[in-house]
Amino acid sequence: MRQWLNDRMDLDAVVSFAKKKTVPAHRHSVWYYFGGVTLFLFIIQVVSGILLLFYYRPGEDTAFESIRFLMSKVHFGWLIRSVHSWSANLMVLAAAVHMFSVYLTRAYRRPREITWVTGVLLFYLSLAFGFSGYLLPWNELAYFATKVGTDIAGSVPFVGGPIMELLRGGEQVSGATLSRFFGFHVALFPAIFTVLLAIHLLMVQRQGMSSPIGEEKNPKARSIPFFPNFFLRDVLLWLIVLNILAILAVFFPWELGVKADPFAAAPAGIVPEWYFLFMFQVLKLLPAHVLFLEGEVFGVLLFGTAMTLWIFIPFFDRQSQKGQRGRLFTIIGLAVIIFILFFTILGWVML
Amino acid sequence: MSDSVSPTRRRTLIWLLRTSGTALFAALVYPVMAYLKPPKVTGDAVSSVRVGAIDDFTPASGTLFRFGNRPGILIRYEDGSFRAFSATCTHLDCTVQFKKDAGIIWCACHNGKYDLNGRNIDGPPPRPLDEFDVIEKGGEVFVTEA
Repeated sequence: MRQWLNDRMDLDAVVSFAKKKTVPAHRHSVWYYFGGVTLFLFIIQVVSGILLLFYYRPGEDTAFESIRFLMSKVHFGWLIRSVHSWSANLMVLAAAVHMFSVYLTRAYRRPREITWVTGVLLFYLSLAFGFSGYLLPWNELAYFATKVGTDIAGSVPFVGGPIMELLRGGEQVSGATLSRFFGFHVALFPAIFTVLLAIHLLMVQRQGMSSPIGEEKNPKARSIPFFPNFFLRDVLLWLIVLNILAILAVFFPWELGVKADPFAAAPAGIVPEWYFLFMFQVLKLLPAHVLFLEGEVFGVLLFGTAMTLWIFIPFFDRQSQKGQRGRLFTIIGLAVIIFILFFTILGWVML
Repeated sequence: MSDSVSPTRRRTLIWLLRTSGTALFAALVYPVMAYLKPPKVTGDAVSSVRVGAIDDFTPASGTLFRFGNRPGILIRYEDGSFRAFSATCTHLDCTVQFKKDAGIIWCACHNGKYDLNGRNIDGPPPRPLDEFDVIEKGGEVFVTEA
């Protein structure tokens, strides 16, 4: 059997590659695990998402009801939905940790620019998954989150209006928006994500793990075999993550809330998901007008520009390209993290 | 291709390829872009709605109503007079509500505040609420586009 497969698939090449693969061992090694955790959670998202599809019925009149049916009548329906929601949150968190650790260890530097660019795009796409998936239960919170979110897109000068209409499928958030977001969430985004993820993982396999600057020239640098040493640690951590996920999903089941009513006022105390909280807080604190711009336009341009520049970080950081350590980009990275943490906590406190 | 091909001929061929390539691309992209742009749905546009009988609204109250596919808010003042505004917050599109205790129109999403004349007085809203015209006729309240 093995011989039959080997003749057709050249398994030996894969095995010998896995045997040769090593992972550097140093004091920053802990960060190597977060990409794998993100991948693990993504796989959970795919599986639980497909399961939800078996019962979910998109549409203004059916979406909310189908999820209520799923949660109250379908065996373990509440669990599958809860897992999908919690895993989405954990995935964004793991991806953020992965991204910032890659940033601070300069793992994006030459020749790994493509891995960084695809990685950041995957991260943004994860946020887009979160945003589009949030609307699908068609509850009150989702409805207003989508109104605000798409209106933010609409406030971009010149192109904003058409983009907003494109997202909403009309002038208002309606059943047409739900259909579109469903299409984004289960077809368009997964398709793009898969391609980017394939490139991302292929690059990691071809180039191996990056060592922090300094470590790579350290004559005493150690490394451990990927298989089985590192792989087993990976699997252990995945098991721990699975347990955390199970605890969250079982003891803090995801609420369904109140069905959306397009003609009701926004409920008091409405906030977005935690990963959008810092942007929410900044937009809330910006005055109605900044310079000659409306406050929200200023905020949107600020975040849009920052997020675009972030994609191209490896090309700006000339020092690390030459393999030199530099303070500037560490300071920028820490400033971004502190900014996000500060406004997230502030948003939390001011609820 | 043999070396005998003249540079002019090569340039022409490349030009033709590029042009037809661009045309093909445009011919594919344009219909898709046009397809994605939602057509105007009839029935969305409304110029006048009946909100209810005058007596349905107590003085010093605010009531949400449907104006076509948009929400509106009808304010009845202490003196019994009416004014109506679009209930869509000028900041980021949430739906506002009447807050009796504070005597304001309030947006829960980002804590935007308007006075009862629809003027933005606090928080992020950049402009006042859009106003509708209120017509009282035969004991009923009608709202029309201003």
